[in-house]
Amino acid sequence: MTGPDDILVAEALTRRFDPRLTIGDRIAGALGAPVERRPLRAVTDVSFAIRRGETLGLVGESGCGKSTLGRMVAGILPQTSGRVTLDGKPVMARGRKTTTRIQTVFQDPFASLNPRRRIGETIAEGPIAHGIVTRAGAPAFIAEWLARVGLDPAVAQRFPHQFSGGQRQRVAIARALAMRPDLLVCDEPVASLDVSIQAQILNLFLELRQALGLTCLFISHDLSVVRHVADRVAIMYLGRIVEVGPAARIHAAPRHPYARALLDSVPKLRLDATSVTFRPIAGELPSPLAPPAGCAFHPRCPRASDLCRRERPDLVAGEDGAALACHHPEPAA
Amino acid sequence: MKDFWREYAENRVALLALLVVAAFIGTALAAPWIAPQDPYDLAGLELADARRPPGFVGSGGYAHLLGTDAQGRDLFSAILYGLRISLQMGLVAGAVAMTVGALLGILAAQAGGWVETAIMRVVDLQLSFPAILLALVLVAVLGQGKSQLIIALVAAQYAYFARTAYGAASAERRKDYVEAAAATPLSTFRIVFRHILPNVLPPLIVVGTVQVANAISLEATLSFLGLGLPPTEPSLGMLIANGFQYMMSGRTWISVYPGIALIVLIVAINLVGDQLRDQTNPRLRR
Amino acid sequence: MTAPLLSVRDLRTHFMTRAGVAKAVDGVSFDLAAGEILGLVGESGSGKSVTGFSLLGLVDPPGRIVGGSIRFQGRELVGMPPAALRALRGRHLAMVFQDPQATLNPVLTIGAQMALAVQAHERASDRAALDRAAAVLARVGIPEAARRLSAYPHEFSGGMRQRVAIATALLHGPALIVADEPTTALDVSIQAQILAKMKALAAESGTALIWISHDLATVSSLADRVLVMYAGRIVESGPVGAVLRAPLHPYTRGLLDSLPAMATPGEKLRQIPGAAPSLLALPAGCAFAPRCPRADAACAAPPPEVAQGSRRAACHHPLEAAA
Repeated sequence: MTGPDDILVAEALTRRFDPRLTIGDRIAGALGAPVERRPLRAVTDVSFAIRRGETLGLVGESGCGKSTLGRMVAGILPQTSGRVTLDGKPVMARGRKTTTRIQTVFQDPFASLNPRRRIGETIAEGPIAHGIVTRAGAPAFIAEWLARVGLDPAVAQRFPHQFSGGQRQRVAIARALAMRPDLLVCDEPVASLDVSIQAQILNLFLELRQALGLTCLFISHDLSVVRHVADRVAIMYLGRIVEVGPAARIHAAPRHPYARALLDSVPKLRLDATSVTFRPIAGELPSPLAPPAGCAFHPRCPRASDLCRRERPDLVAGEDGAALACHHPEPAA
Repeated sequence: MKDFWREYAENRVALLALLVVAAFIGTALAAPWIAPQDPYDLAGLELADARRPPGFVGSGGYAHLLGTDAQGRDLFSAILYGLRISLQMGLVAGAVAMTVGALLGILAAQAGGWVETAIMRVVDLQLSFPAILLALVLVAVLGQGKSQLIIALVAAQYAYFARTAYGAASAERRKDYVEAAAATPLSTFRIVFRHILPNVLPPLIVVGTVQVANAISLEATLSFLGLGLPPTEPSLGMLIANGFQYMMSGRTWISVYPGIALIVLIVAINLVGDQLRDQTNPRLRR
Repeated sequence: MTAPLLSVRDLRTHFMTRAGVAKAVDGVSFDLAAGEILGLVGESGSGKSVTGFSLLGLVDPPGRIVGGSIRFQGRELVGMPPAALRALRGRHLAMVFQDPQATLNPVLTIGAQMALAVQAHERASDRAALDRAAAVLARVGIPEAARRLSAYPHEFSGGMRQRVAIATALLHGPALIVADEPTTALDVSIQAQILAKMKALAAESGTALIWISHDLATVSSLADRVLVMYAGRIVESGPVGAVLRAPLHPYTRGLLDSLPAMATPGEKLRQIPGAAPSLLALPAGCAFAPRCPRADAACAAPPPEVAQGSRRAACHHPLEAAA
C-alpha cells in the first residue's frame, strides 16, 4: 500500500512493553505468587503510509495504542520490531531520533513546556541547536513565530505559567513548527482545551498547515475533530488498525463494525426535541495483556461468527488509500 | 520570586529563623573585627584569666561577656571563631555533597538499567544505617584535618541528595517537556543540564538547607568525640567538649554558651528548611 | 403550580485567594422541578462545578457561599448546620463526581462501602444493606452484581467505577442527583452506555438530575432544560432543543459555532476570539462583551434579562430567535 507520494511509511510496527520485574517480584514469583509476566502489546503489526501534504487522522479509545503509535512515528519511542521511514530513511537509529523533519505537538500544554524556561527560549532552543537560526538572529526569529501563532511578540520573556492553556498550546505549536518540519505529529492537541479555545487552535492549525504545506498525523479520541481536519482516517482497536479510509466516507459509512459502533456512540448535538436512543457498544474494552483470540473485537461485535473467534482478519488494502480488517464488514454504501 | 518572598515572610517564625541564620553568618564572617580577642593567638592568653565567669574583667582590660575557658580564652571570641569553622565545614560539606549526590542521582535516573541499580543500591544501603557511623569510620581511617573531615561528611551525606535528586529527576524525566526536548531532538547533555537539572534544584535546595544543619551537628559530634578537627582550629563541638569536664564543678558556661549557639543555629536552619519545603511542595499549597 | 423541588436565588460563591476575591459563582438563580433533567453547561472557570458543589454544601475554604438562597424541598440549605446538611446529603441529595476514583475508598470492598452508605442514613442489618447494594448495582447495569460486592475498586474499569458511584448515589432514592462531568474521563463507547443508563434511571425513579458538563452534545441528548454559564453567571436558559437551535445569547451561539461537528470539514470554524475574563477582575457590565461580535457601548452596563416564553437570556443585544 505504499506509493511514490508517500512521505512517511510504517511497516509492521510493533511495540511491546515487558513488565519490569523487581527483585521482590522475582522472589514472589519463585515462591508461587501470581506475578504479571505477560508483555503488554500496545501496538501490533501496524502498517500504513502518509502521503505528502495529507493529514491522516488516527482515532481510537484509550488503551488502543494510538499514542504509542504516534510516539514511534515521532521518533520518541523505539519500536520493538518493524520500521518507520521518512522519505526512505529510518526515523530512529539505536534508540535515538535521527531527523528534525518530524516534530510533535503534545496533548497537555501545561506539561509539555518547561516551567522554568522563558517561552522565547523554548521556541528558539531547537532551531539554535540545529543551526536553523543563529543566536544573534534568535530574537527576531522568536518574534516572527510568536506573531505567526497569534501571540504578541512582546511576551517572549514570560514563563509558561503566565499563559492560559490555549496560549501555551500556541507556544507548543510554534516550538514544533520553528524546526521547519515536513511532518507534524499532533497527539490530542486540543483534548485538554475548552470548546471555544479548541476552535481557535483548530483554526490556527488549519491556517498554518496550508501556509506551510505540512503533512500531519493527527491523533485524537474525538471523531468530530478528526473529521474536521483529516483527509484520511485510521481507526485503531486494541493495538491494531481495523479500518482506514477517506474521512468523509469513514464518517458517513464505516465498514468495520467497531468503527460503526464508535460513531454511533458519539453523542450528537440534538437540535430537535425528539427523545434520543443511544446505541452503545456492549461490554468493556478487553485488556491488552490478554487480547481475545481471533478478531479482538469479536466479544463485543454484533456480526461476529465462529470464523471471527478463530481467525484474525488481515488488514486488506482497498481503493483510494482505504483498508479494512474484518471478516463480515458492513456493506459498502 | 517576589511572591515567593512575600509568602515566606508571612510565616513570622521562619522569617525570624532566617534573620537568625543571617546574623550568625554575618557575625562569623566579621569575627576578626568583632571579637575582642584572637583566640588562636596563644601568646595573648593569660592563664590567670582561666575559667572566669561571664562579666569578669580580665588582664586585657575588657569584660569577658560570656566568661573564659580553661586556657583563659575569651569565650565570646572563641564562639565567634568556632562558628566560623562550624559554618564553613557545614556549607562546604553540604555544597560538595549536594553536587556529588545530585550528579549521581540524575545519572541513575537518566541512565537506567544496571547503572541505576548499582548507584541506588549503594545509596539505599547507606541510608539504612546512621550517617555518623560511616563518618566515624572514615575519620578513623583518614585521620584528622579539615579536608579529611569534609570527605567524611560528604561521604556520610551525599546519599540524601542522591535519593532526592533521583526521585525528582525520575519524575521530571517522564514529563512531556522532557519528551518534547527529546523529540526535537536535543542532545542528552542539554536535556539533562538545561531541562531536568533546573527542575530538580528546588527540592535539592530544601534538602541542602537541612543537610547543612546536619553537617554542622555531625561535625560538632565528631569534634566533641575528639575525632574532628585538630585542637588548633576549635569548632563549636570542640568548645563544648573542652568545657565538659568543668560542668560538675559549676563552671557550666564553658560548655553551655557554645552549646546554645550550636542549638540556635541548627534549629534556625531547620526552620528555614521547613518553610522552604512547605513552599515548594505543591501538595501543601492551597 | 406546586413549589419547585429546588429553588436557587442569587447564589454567590466566592473564593478568597491570595490574589483577591474570585467570584466563581456570582448571582445564579434557577428552579428545578421534581424529575427534571437540567444541563448546566459552561467552559472551565464558568462556575458550573462550583454551583454544583454549592448546592450540596461541599465548597471548601478558601471558597464560601457569601450570599443567596438554596431552597430544597422547602428547606433553606444556605446556613444550615453541617450536621443537618450531612443528614440530607446522600439521602435526599446526592452527588456523582468526575473522578470516581476520588470517591471510592481503595481499601474497602465495593459491598462494604455501599453498605456503610446505606447504614449512614438508616438502621439496616449488614445482610439487608448488602442486598440493597446488590440490587442497585444490578440496576446500573453491573453484571453479576452480588458477586462483585466483594471486589475492590481497583478491580473495576473506569466505566464500572463510575457505575458504582452512580449506584451509591441512587441507594436512598434521592430526589436530586448532581452529576459533575461524570462521563468526561470515560471513553465514548463507555460514555454512551452511562448516558443511556442515566436517562433510563432518571425516568424510572423520578429523580431530578443536574448534569454539569462542558459538552453541549452530551447535554443535548440527555437534558430537558439547559443553563449556559459564563464567568460565574447564567447567560442563557431554556428548553435544550430551542436554546441550541436558535440561541438568544451570542456566547451560546459562539459555543455552537466552535464545534467542529457543526462545520464543513476543513473550513475554518467560526471561533470566539479571546479568552474568558479573570474571575478576580470581572467587568461591571456584560462579562462576555470583550469577546462579543455584537457588543457596543451599552454592554458596559449590566445586561438586562430578556424573556421569551420559558427562555431567558442576559444580554443587551440578543439574537433573534427563529421560529
